Amino acid sequence: MNLLSLIPPVLALILSPLLLGVINRVKARFAGRRGPPLLQVYYDLAKLLRKGAVYSRTTTWVFRAGPVVGLAAVLTALCLMPLGGVPALWKFPGDFILLTGLLGLMRFAMVGAALDTGSSFEGMGASREVWISALAEPALLVALATLARQAQELSLTRICAALSEQHWLHTGPVLALVVVALGLVLLAENARIPVDDPNTHLELTMIHEVMVLDHGGPDFAFILYGAALKLWLFAALVTGMVIPAGSLSPWPNLVAGLGGVFLVAIGVGVVESVMARLRLLIVPQLLVGAGALAATAFLLGLK
Amino acid sequence: MNALLLVALALLPATGFAAWFWGRTGRNPSGLAAAGVVAASVFGGLPAIYVLLGGELMPWRFPWPVPGGEFHLETDALTAWFLVPLFLLSACAAVYGAGFWRNGIATRRLGNAWLFYCLLVFAMMLVLLARNALLFLFAWELMALSSFFLVVFEQERATVRRPGWIYLGLSQAGAAFLFALLLILGHKANSMDFTHWAWRGVDSPVLAGVLFALAVLGFGAKAGFVPLHIWLPEAHPAAPSHVSALMSGVLIKTGIYGLIRTLTFLGEPAAWWGGTLLGIGLLTAIFGVTFALAQHDLKRLLAYSSVENIGLMAAGLGLGLLGWCLGEPVVGVLGLAAALLHAFNHTLFKGLLFLGAGSVLHATGSRQFEDLGGLLKPLPWTGALFGLGAVALCGLPPLNGFLSELLLMLTAFGSVLSPENPLAVAGLLTVAVLALVSGLAVATFSKAFGATFLGEPRKPTTTPQENTGTMRAAMCILAAACVAVGFFGFMLVTPLQRVVAVLSPQFPKLFPASPSPLVWVSGAGVALLVLVAGLAVWRKTLLARRTVDATVTWDCGYARPHPRMQYTASSFAQPLTALFRALLRNRVRLSPPTGILPTAARLATEAPDLCAERLARPLFARLTTRLARWRWLQHGNVQLYVLYIALTLLALLLWKLR
Repeated sequence: MNLLSLIPPVLALILSPLLLGVINRVKARFAGRRGPPLLQVYYDLAKLLRKGAVYSRTTTWVFRAGPVVGLAAVLTALCLMPLGGVPALWKFPGDFILLTGLLGLMRFAMVGAALDTGSSFEGMGASREVWISALAEPALLVALATLARQAQELSLTRICAALSEQHWLHTGPVLALVVVALGLVLLAENARIPVDDPNTHLELTMIHEVMVLDHGGPDFAFILYGAALKLWLFAALVTGMVIPAGSLSPWPNLVAGLGGVFLVAIGVGVVESVMARLRLLIVPQLLVGAGALAATAFLLGLK
Repeated sequence: MNALLLVALALLPATGFAAWFWGRTGRNPSGLAAAGVVAASVFGGLPAIYVLLGGELMPWRFPWPVPGGEFHLETDALTAWFLVPLFLLSACAAVYGAGFWRNGIATRRLGNAWLFYCLLVFAMMLVLLARNALLFLFAWELMALSSFFLVVFEQERATVRRPGWIYLGLSQAGAAFLFALLLILGHKANSMDFTHWAWRGVDSPVLAGVLFALAVLGFGAKAGFVPLHIWLPEAHPAAPSHVSALMSGVLIKTGIYGLIRTLTFLGEPAAWWGGTLLGIGLLTAIFGVTFALAQHDLKRLLAYSSVENIGLMAAGLGLGLLGWCLGEPVVGVLGLAAALLHAFNHTLFKGLLFLGAGSVLHATGSRQFEDLGGLLKPLPWTGALFGLGAVALCGLPPLNGFLSELLLMLTAFGSVLSPENPLAVAGLLTVAVLALVSGLAVATFSKAFGATFLGEPRKPTTTPQENTGTMRAAMCILAAACVAVGFFGFMLVTPLQRVVAVLSPQFPKLFPASPSPLVWVSGAGVALLVLVAGLAVWRKTLLARRTVDATVTWDCGYARPHPRMQYTASSFAQPLTALFRALLRNRVRLSPPTGILPTAARLATEAPDLCAERLARPLFARLTTRLARWRWLQHGNVQLYVLYIALTLLALLLWKLR
């Protein structure tokens, strides 16, 4: 095992809440506000971990298991994600299928916890969550299939390593389309504008936030941290596709990867600032569009 | 080892008739029958495992006084691969049935039912072992008939008789194609023995194509390929739950087995076979999961989910064949292995889920989601085990469903990398459909699990009773098998390699690089478990020193929350059913609240099967009017029928003398 591979998961564990801080700071700048401190999410996590909890009498162990299983799944998934050109801790043919499987397990656990409350709000959130993810998953995997074909490799680390600046020079449009598709999937999977609004205050309009209405204390800290790690995973995925890692040595690679992840966070902040949330009924069109972009990229890449 | 298999083969009908006799003498035969089936399963399972571990069993041949027939049995790796789940599920379902059919039913009826149960297991075993076409057809028909009698166990209800007839009709129609297939093959080879057919191939590609089409139709009717699936959502809910488990878990897989076995007779496959099978598979998967999502009945939902899973197996098989023909043997071997592993896994988790549905039905008397809810508290075991089965079915790590999902996806990604553009595009299509289907499966099963076990009871009933010892034990064994395969799946790679070698000895290794991805997945599963345990302990210590309160669910300050206000299963599925309305054609009957002081409002949604409504119903209606013209032949007069027989014999004689 390469000791260097331990660095990306450790960085993710330490820095992922900062991504949310960066997004909020960018949004505040756009709105002309000063915004919350960059470390606000860390303060929130520390506060939540010190709190007690209140549980609904309707709930069972499924409600309590949701955040634990969700966080454990996303932590496991961290070991599969390279950062820039730094290889992942585990790499094998089809590791991204395990990654999507683990994210699916996280979703199943959270949906189960939401349904366990018996609340119609949370049922609605869970319903929308499975609806959106069922459409986001094909787009994600078609994008990955396009990348796999371009790189002629079947593991995330190898794909990231094989995509060089030569690919960008020769098949630039293909990769650009894939990056756009992956970006849309990132926004949908992480409940960001234009699919979901993390700052909304009305239960009826939320998706991710409404599913966790009844969680509090350490449970909610797990959820918040899990969401930050999930955002990190997707940001690292997009970054890995964009940075031609093969040509750099490990340390510059790591710096480039880290820079890329934070650039993605800034990008998310910009998108959230300049556009409004889409009507819910338009969301499937957006995600099918992402899938279509990725499929177009695939067809363009055929020889 | 061979003797053990013979003992199992003899023990099953013996147990059946003993149970039948016990039932007639007024004693409850359930315990006796379950013990017999378990013993037969152990005796039969050991030789099957022995073969999968690399052992060889001599074939048997006994004379059978039927022209062209011979009692020729053989256990190769392909047979053994299907025998193991057959025995496991038969034993579990029998143990469960012993608890399910305990009291309150006339012993005579129970005796009959157990006779058919034992005959069904016997017939399925014989289907897998038979190496003679006539013996195979005999076993196939015995399987169809015994399962028909089990489906109509509650025959006094019309809602059970009608599905029974649909099932019998479709399985006989399917069998007609199989008669044609096997008789043509037998005529060509001038022998009814499978060993004479294997690897000879069929000289003309047109004939081979016709035979392949016959096999797809004949075996597809049993497996449930769209549009031949229409019996599944009818028969599964009608049958007693452990019989549904057996039918969905094993019986429909005999269709997949038959298809693979037929491929060994037809020689080199053609690319269009793979393409056809892939198309049918993907269509079946999408169709199955979409209709599963729209169902209001737990067992109907499970039946449609079986249609989906059969589609996934066909897709794996089809993509494998396509890869094999287009010069990608690695894709070929992966696709076949994925289909086989998925068949194995589906037996485990679908068996578990049907048994869980049986416990729900037993406890509440209802299968309708709108009557259920909050059952995890009164039924903690059933709920937890059903939840485990749902996670496995959704193909989520670390359970067994994920392994076959991984193999299917690896097949598709393997094709995506291929330099052959058609194969790459087929692979991409498979990737997209598999991803969509797995997303919809998560939606379907979070709905099924959530609406049944989570939240508050939607209908106040008397306290439901948790299932008893034997029923729970059967479910626990299946759940343990799901977990075990999930964590030790890599040990199945070598047996799978042996099974695939039955189809073509020249296949390359399944996973050339060591360690295989399955080892990594097992490792990740262990890491996941450790993390879950660690986080759970941490959470517990954090909360140990704090105040933990209990209150009502957040209700937005509403004063009088009521269980009927919960999100219903239909509402949960609504965004996705609306998205697929072109396929579902769901009917919505709405009488909205009107006036200033509205009194009553109604909303009913229904998703009748598209194929049954638009294809089967008009077809059968036309068939009935056409055939009614020949009704004058039927008089119910015995002498007339004797005359018919005599005339037929005379005609045959004249034809022979010609």
